[in-house]
Amino acid sequence: MNVSRRQILLLLPAAAVAWEYVLADNPESSPNFKMSDHWWGMLIDISKCIGCGSCVRACATENDVPETYFRTWVERYHVSDWHIENPEVDSPKGGIDGFPQSKAEGGKNFFVPKMCNHCVDSPCSQVCPVGATFHTPDGVVLVDYEYCLGCRYCIQACPYGCRFFHPKKRTADKCTLCYHRITKGLTTACCEACPTGARQLADLKNPNDPIHAFLKTHTVQVLKPHLATGSKLFYNGLDGSVR
Amino acid sequence: MEGFMYPNEVELQWSILIVLYPFLTGLVAGAFILASLERVFRVEEVKPTYRLALLTALAFLIVAPLPLQLHLGHPERSLEMYLTPHRASAMAMFGFVYLWYLMAVLVVEIWLEYRRDIVRLAESSRGVKGLLYRALTLGSHNVSPAALRIDDRVGWIITLIGIPSAFLLHGYVGFIFGSVKANPWWSTPLMPVVFLFSAMVSGIALVLLMYMLTSAMRRVAIDMRCLDTIARYLFYTFVIDFTLEMLDLIHRIYESDESFRSLDFMVHTRLFFSQIMIQIFLGTLAPLALLSLTQLFTFSVAVRKRVYAMSAVLTMMGIFAMRWNVVIGGQLFSKSFLGYTSYKVDLITREGILPAVALMILPFAILYVLIKILPPWQGERPAAAGAHGDD
Repeated sequence: MNVSRRQILLLLPAAAVAWEYVLADNPESSPNFKMSDHWWGMLIDISKCIGCGSCVRACATENDVPETYFRTWVERYHVSDWHIENPEVDSPKGGIDGFPQSKAEGGKNFFVPKMCNHCVDSPCSQVCPVGATFHTPDGVVLVDYEYCLGCRYCIQACPYGCRFFHPKKRTADKCTLCYHRITKGLTTACCEACPTGARQLADLKNPNDPIHAFLKTHTVQVLKPHLATGSKLFYNGLDGSVR
Repeated sequence: MEGFMYPNEVELQWSILIVLYPFLTGLVAGAFILASLERVFRVEEVKPTYRLALLTALAFLIVAPLPLQLHLGHPERSLEMYLTPHRASAMAMFGFVYLWYLMAVLVVEIWLEYRRDIVRLAESSRGVKGLLYRALTLGSHNVSPAALRIDDRVGWIITLIGIPSAFLLHGYVGFIFGSVKANPWWSTPLMPVVFLFSAMVSGIALVLLMYMLTSAMRRVAIDMRCLDTIARYLFYTFVIDFTLEMLDLIHRIYESDESFRSLDFMVHTRLFFSQIMIQIFLGTLAPLALLSLTQLFTFSVAVRKRVYAMSAVLTMMGIFAMRWNVVIGGQLFSKSFLGYTSYKVDLITREGILPAVALMILPFAILYVLIKILPPWQGERPAAAGAHGDD
């Protein structure tokens, strides 16, 4: 192959730009991954969650989440009879060690795993003064830790309490939907660790994803729908008492 | 902690420093609006406080962003707000409103107002002082009647732009809180308006106090016509402010939406002292009652001075309590409406009481320097024996 000096000079800057992407571990550079081909969400089946806390532990380990802060956690609800507006809720240490025996009698008990809703119209990214919280083209809300000022406006704006101020990074922090994993074809740490399949990563753009069949045949709800945040965390069998 | 909070909510995010920020900004906006009364609406009575109000506004405006800066996790990145602002963010846009207000309104207006004095002082001073004043002239030594007429005209236009800017400045602070739909304690369209009127109230009270204090310290007579007028404006704006706050309260009570039980519980427990006792009774009803007495009956000068000073101090306390109740109160309950946390102020940490107190003293120190450089006093008579110190 004959490459002229002129061509080399043109190719070098292009190669430099491409190399930057490779170094930045950009998902687009991973083989077979194209951001625009995906639209990530998650399905949580309340009836399958047993409150074991495996997801919380897996998340903390995978993402090095500091103690007493949570990228995901599990709540236990107790609703007695018709008192739907007065549920008793507990989440000792975010459910990381599971739950002690319930003392509540009568009514119903169930577990609700929580995490970032990766909202389409996320209030957290709206309020960020510098755009450090942003949406990836495949629908994941992320924080740029190199850019975040640590003003904590996003933490105030999140209706679900999913964000916290990272004591070491001194920036906002939250669930990344294990972006480092899902862009390599893996599932999230919490989904992988769940022994009952209560959590299922969903690719809403993939026509073959079982999520589509599930959504068609089940009663599914998002948290706080009146806030119209465009949550992509779908709950199957969500009780009206859940906040 | 009581009841259930989302596990990440237990820690409060916005501390006493964020309480200071709307408080300081409010004082700026209020002081400027009082100053503009004389300039735009020709309320001659308040003229003795015009320059003092402008300098007060500047001193507080310089300090206003400091509590925010101190609060940031990465203060070194704060300039990014100007360089790469996120246009959908209320906080990012506030940076520009602040800068506009500081550079385009306040500094220009003060310079125009003082230009004649600066030129005179530049000519009469020597050494470092002379150098400073010569620099402040910005090379313009023309104080001919024609030039001063232009100054006056431009100053008038700047003030005219300044009034909506001051409204914007503090209305915007209200919007930063009022637009957070996740938090029902904050989320109300009334928030910017309530913030604006409470800002006017606190700013007017501050200028009233500063005027009385500086007159006493310099042993010059207080212009009672001026003081009466300021007190009257304080009363009127306070009535509007109180009406708006009550409207908000009644609306919440009557609507009783999903958050009401939670907020109601808070007002009766954790916020009872700061909201009911300090903000409403001591900081609003008491000064309103005192001020209304001065409007209804005729009192001697000595009594009026005492009542005004007392009302202004109570007012400042009340408005500070209001900022506290908004900022801290909005974080004491869970967004699940099922539990409550508490706020313990540290003493000497970065976001503790000590830095807060320092930040509260700093504007007065700056004001002292500003008054030394640009004396606001014009043609006053000395106080009669025994007339000072009444306040």
